[in-house]
Amino acid sequence: MMKVLVTVKEVATVEDEFEIEGTAIDERYLGADLNEWDDYAIEEAVQIAEAIGEDDVEVVTVTIGPEDCEQTIRQALAKGADRSIRVWDDALEDAELLDVGAKTAILAAVVEDEEPDLVLSGVQSGDDSFMATGVSLADAVGFQWAAVVNSLDLDTEAGVASVRRELEGGVEELTDVTLPAVLTIQTGINEPRYASLRGIRMAQRKELAVRGLDDLGLDSSVVAGDLRLTGMSVPESESDATVFTGGPEETASELAAILREKGVGQ
Amino acid sequence: MTDVLAIADHRRGELRDVSYELVSAGRDLADATGGDLHLVVISGTVDAFAEKLNREGVDVVHTVDHGEEFNHDVYAQAIVQLYDAVSPQFLLAPNSVNGLDYAPAVANRLDLPLVTDTVDLEVDGDTLVATREMYGGKVETTVELTGERAAVTIRSAEWPAAGGTGEATIEAFDATIDEDAIGSTVTGFEEVAGGDVDIGDADVLVSVGRGIEEEENLELIHELADALGATVSSSRPIVDAGWLPKNRQVGQSGKVVTPDVYIAIGISGAVQHVAGMKGSDTIVAINTDPNAPIMDIADYAIHDDLFDVVPALIEEFR
Ligand SMILES: Cc1cc2nc3c(=O)[nH]c(=O)nc-3n(C[C@H](O)[C@H](O)[C@H](O)COP(=O)(O)OP(=O)(O)OC[C@H]3O[C@@H](n4cnc5c(N)ncnc54)[C@H](O)[C@@H]3O)c2cc1C
Repeated sequence: MMKVLVTVKEVATVEDEFEIEGTAIDERYLGADLNEWDDYAIEEAVQIAEAIGEDDVEVVTVTIGPEDCEQTIRQALAKGADRSIRVWDDALEDAELLDVGAKTAILAAVVEDEEPDLVLSGVQSGDDSFMATGVSLADAVGFQWAAVVNSLDLDTEAGVASVRRELEGGVEELTDVTLPAVLTIQTGINEPRYASLRGIRMAQRKELAVRGLDDLGLDSSVVAGDLRLTGMSVPESESDATVFTGGPEETASELAAILREKGVGQ
Repeated sequence: MTDVLAIADHRRGELRDVSYELVSAGRDLADATGGDLHLVVISGTVDAFAEKLNREGVDVVHTVDHGEEFNHDVYAQAIVQLYDAVSPQFLLAPNSVNGLDYAPAVANRLDLPLVTDTVDLEVDGDTLVATREMYGGKVETTVELTGERAAVTIRSAEWPAAGGTGEATIEAFDATIDEDAIGSTVTGFEEVAGGDVDIGDADVLVSVGRGIEEEENLELIHELADALGATVSSSRPIVDAGWLPKNRQVGQSGKVVTPDVYIAIGISGAVQHVAGMKGSDTIVAINTDPNAPIMDIADYAIHDDLFDVVPALIEEFR
């Protein structure tokens, strides 16, 4: 039986207009969503299970997060993951910023428990965008890895993942990675499905296990990390744009005049 | 241990611009700590690269002659060994796709705190203060790294490229690469984004982002492009969704374009998008969010709903 572990994060989303309280955005302006990149990682794992045979592949998700994010985790279960692990602890409750080192320590403990053949994580999370946890985790557990993967072909017999890494400037690197491995998944690798009604119903009955740091054999000091968030501000606008105001007819007409001046649409 | 060690970025025989930006960032840090700036270039034509990297402010360039192209296992092994030899206070890497393929592993192996995608760095006594964005550029944060040493990746195009010629010594570093520990093999490269249209050739681009919401609504954008005699391009989510082919994507992983006029419609202006269009002569942004990062580089802006503005604009050109 093959096991695929997917790291799933609930990210904070921010409204257009917001206020900052100290070093955080005022909660009134925050929403929550499944991290965009993780949605693609979940889909990739579910497609692997469907291709190989759902009885031969187990898809497990792992999330570091409070009870509130179980709704997001259920989304992953509704899309086809088999069971979920949520790691939470009082020590985590108090942490302002979980840095890469802290996340690595926690996820590494889960990987050591679960012994997956493949770990899929998102390239980044949409809120803090460290873009580093997957590769750091791989090194911590002695797995191979590849960052920014936008195509994946598994040869389970040979134990090799043939991937494409999306480099800058429209160039892709073709790489063979030996399993077990961590791959960080880029958007566009597949088309994430919407959960079906049946999937949503089934998700309610799937296992969602909660673990504390103790259960993972970790000391609460792992949470502390080495990074401290000391300031948050709205970047000073560098905009010197001419802003057209008024109703759409007015603004469109003013913009049209500028465009004509530049020879557009002539 | 006041030195700085920066890792050059190159691909397919060319040093990437961020390598010279690392020199600037590294020199600033080394001035603050009172140490030397070391660079390392790994794999490829390292001697030729080292000559080019010898710019003003560089003290030592280390070369690791092993293989042609980037391999993260070779990089990680070489950097860890050189780190032990140089014992720097700060390790600097590019926040490039390859930088992100080794820097987190190296930081883990060396047990260094890691801060990525920084846009500004300052040393305050014993503390490194890094500035980085969160929430897709909506806010800027300062992060302090406690502890004496750190690994940092820098965002491209935030520091100026170092110029001039330096007086660096160039030293071959004899890294011992354990081939058995190499678990991934590069088998080739492919250029994507070919096809019928080259958005790089267009004088006027009408570029659409996630604000368009539904595939059906793209019709509106095509109509506008027809009316203006422009070509349609887009941000990444539109291509990810399969609504436009890959060759229409503007940005870091798509095309870099420099048209006379770039009209961004429902595009927030994420750094990876801006990397592909900031060189446009005139930038127009149509976006409901007056604080969207795209406004920072726009020359003309309308802070309104695209579904109201675009039809009115089409009318103007009928
Ligand atoms: C490694 C890597 C590489 C990447 N490469 C690229 C790349 O090459 N190109 C690229 O584009 N992205 C790239 N990205 C993704 C990038 O980070 C952003 O996610 C993406 O650019 C966002 O696209 P967007 O602006 O269309 O969407 P969003 O950020 O969701 O913005 C949508 C905008 O539309 C506005 N809007 C919504 N409704 C309306 C309306 N009715 N009228 C007017 N405005 C409206 C909103 O205010 C918002 O500003 C990359 C990411 C990573 C991690």
